[in-house]
Amino acid sequence: MFSYCADPSTLDGLTWLSCYLTTGKHMGLYISVVTVLVLLAITAPVALLFGFAGAASARSRIAPLRWLGKGYTAIVRGVPDIAFFLFFVIALDQGFEWMRHKLLCSDWDQPIRQGNDFVVCDAAKLPLSSSPQWVHETYGFFLAVLTFAIVFGAFAANVLFGAMRAVPRAQMETAEAYGMSHRQAFWRIMVPQMWVYALPGLSNLWMVLIKATPLLFLLGVEDIVYWARELGGTKNARFTDYPHGDWRMWYFFALLVFYLAFTKVSEVVLDRIMKRLTHGQATAAGEAQRKAAA
Amino acid sequence: MKKLILTTAALALTAGIAAADGHGKTVRMGTEGAYAPWNFVNDAGEIDGFERELGDELCKRASLTCEWVKNDWDSIIPNLVSGNYDTIIAGMSITAERDEVIDFTQAYTPPDPSAYAAMSADVDVEGGVIAAQATTIQAGFIAEKGWTLVEFATPDETVAAVKNGEADAVLADKSFLDTVVGQDGLVMLERMEQIGGGVGMGVRESDQELKAKFDAAIQSMKDDGTLNAMIAKWEVASQW
Repeated sequence: MFSYCADPSTLDGLTWLSCYLTTGKHMGLYISVVTVLVLLAITAPVALLFGFAGAASARSRIAPLRWLGKGYTAIVRGVPDIAFFLFFVIALDQGFEWMRHKLLCSDWDQPIRQGNDFVVCDAAKLPLSSSPQWVHETYGFFLAVLTFAIVFGAFAANVLFGAMRAVPRAQMETAEAYGMSHRQAFWRIMVPQMWVYALPGLSNLWMVLIKATPLLFLLGVEDIVYWARELGGTKNARFTDYPHGDWRMWYFFALLVFYLAFTKVSEVVLDRIMKRLTHGQATAAGEAQRKAAA
Repeated sequence: MKKLILTTAALALTAGIAAADGHGKTVRMGTEGAYAPWNFVNDAGEIDGFERELGDELCKRASLTCEWVKNDWDSIIPNLVSGNYDTIIAGMSITAERDEVIDFTQAYTPPDPSAYAAMSADVDVEGGVIAAQATTIQAGFIAEKGWTLVEFATPDETVAAVKNGEADAVLADKSFLDTVVGQDGLVMLERMEQIGGGVGMGVRESDQELKAKFDAAIQSMKDDGTLNAMIAKWEVASQW
């Protein structure tokens, strides 16, 4: 990157380090940090949406919808994450390709399943095999978002389901006494009040989600743990201008600092949200807030 | 939520329909990128090594457009059969078990013995703890012998395990161990194991056309001696 980096073997100290930390390979690490942050920023709201839909349908008075909601939370929570990431994602990807195949290649006469192989026509490939690598990576990224959202959505659904039940029954009865319909009582009384009960559970999920990102590499998305392991491994002078011993400890130490800092920031933000949500609530904390203000 | 799924599906279905026709097929080459000198990631962050050079030359000879893809060793076969890339070129030895799931081109390196590296030359491999990369022929070999095996996801971790005393020795391809012995007191043992049937490219069983193309390209490189020259340059195996 810098002009003085042409021959790293002559450098030492900080100059060497400045060259070492700006190699193309390290750029991969920095990009993966951004990838992870973007993934979290997209996944969290989508997972919450899945969770909300799951919880709402689990409470539904329409039986099939209720079964769907309950089945979703029960099944997804029961399947190990790694199995989900290895098999579900491949199945999802094949599902998309199968649909495209049916749509685009009606004149195809060979079977799609040939032994172990999954074969669709070239036009049905997703992404097309001729598209550049970044398209493949973006596609993998969105598969990852979807999978994370489904997995964490199931946990969130359970948390929200519990939170909805935690809202005092008297609140709902009062709403009904005022003549609110079922729907009105749900949106105006229950939903605003349930968050305070849901937040501790949701914040746990958020913390787990932050640390679940290494599963990304199973989907071909290079995350920070992959790069830390790759960059930290012993490097032989035959294959690199920057030979070094086993430096994984330092890279993982950097990861530790990153995750701890991230956790700390999350805690501060979640605390603030909790304070705001508690405001005016009929809970012990809400009562304490009211007394402190008075 | 339903709408969201439907929209996603619709997007996925329509994306690229326009671009679907006409383009020449790109062959996607899947590799691990963590097994020097076979394949590794260089300072620029690109895939490099014997197989990179070999693969590029094979694609040139077979007049194919190729693109390189990095994939975890653990899931390298499932992702091939599900069509995420078209070949595995990752120092993969041809074995009967793998051959049931995928097909191999003819070998591009001859069958070479696997070697042990340890912290001292007098380690008893049969009684000790041996490290090997998961789902490799070496791991299979030790498991079959009934010796004590510890598996790791990447080659680098198997070597690190020997250095920090978790394992007594590591069993791997000799060419890989050549790159690590001599550092931190690591030595090669005398004993070798004759396992594996040469290294070839993995392709889907339904992809006979591609297999034939690469077979022909490998044969032409064997015939004109370029393959031997490349093997010598990267010190990956013995000569043909």
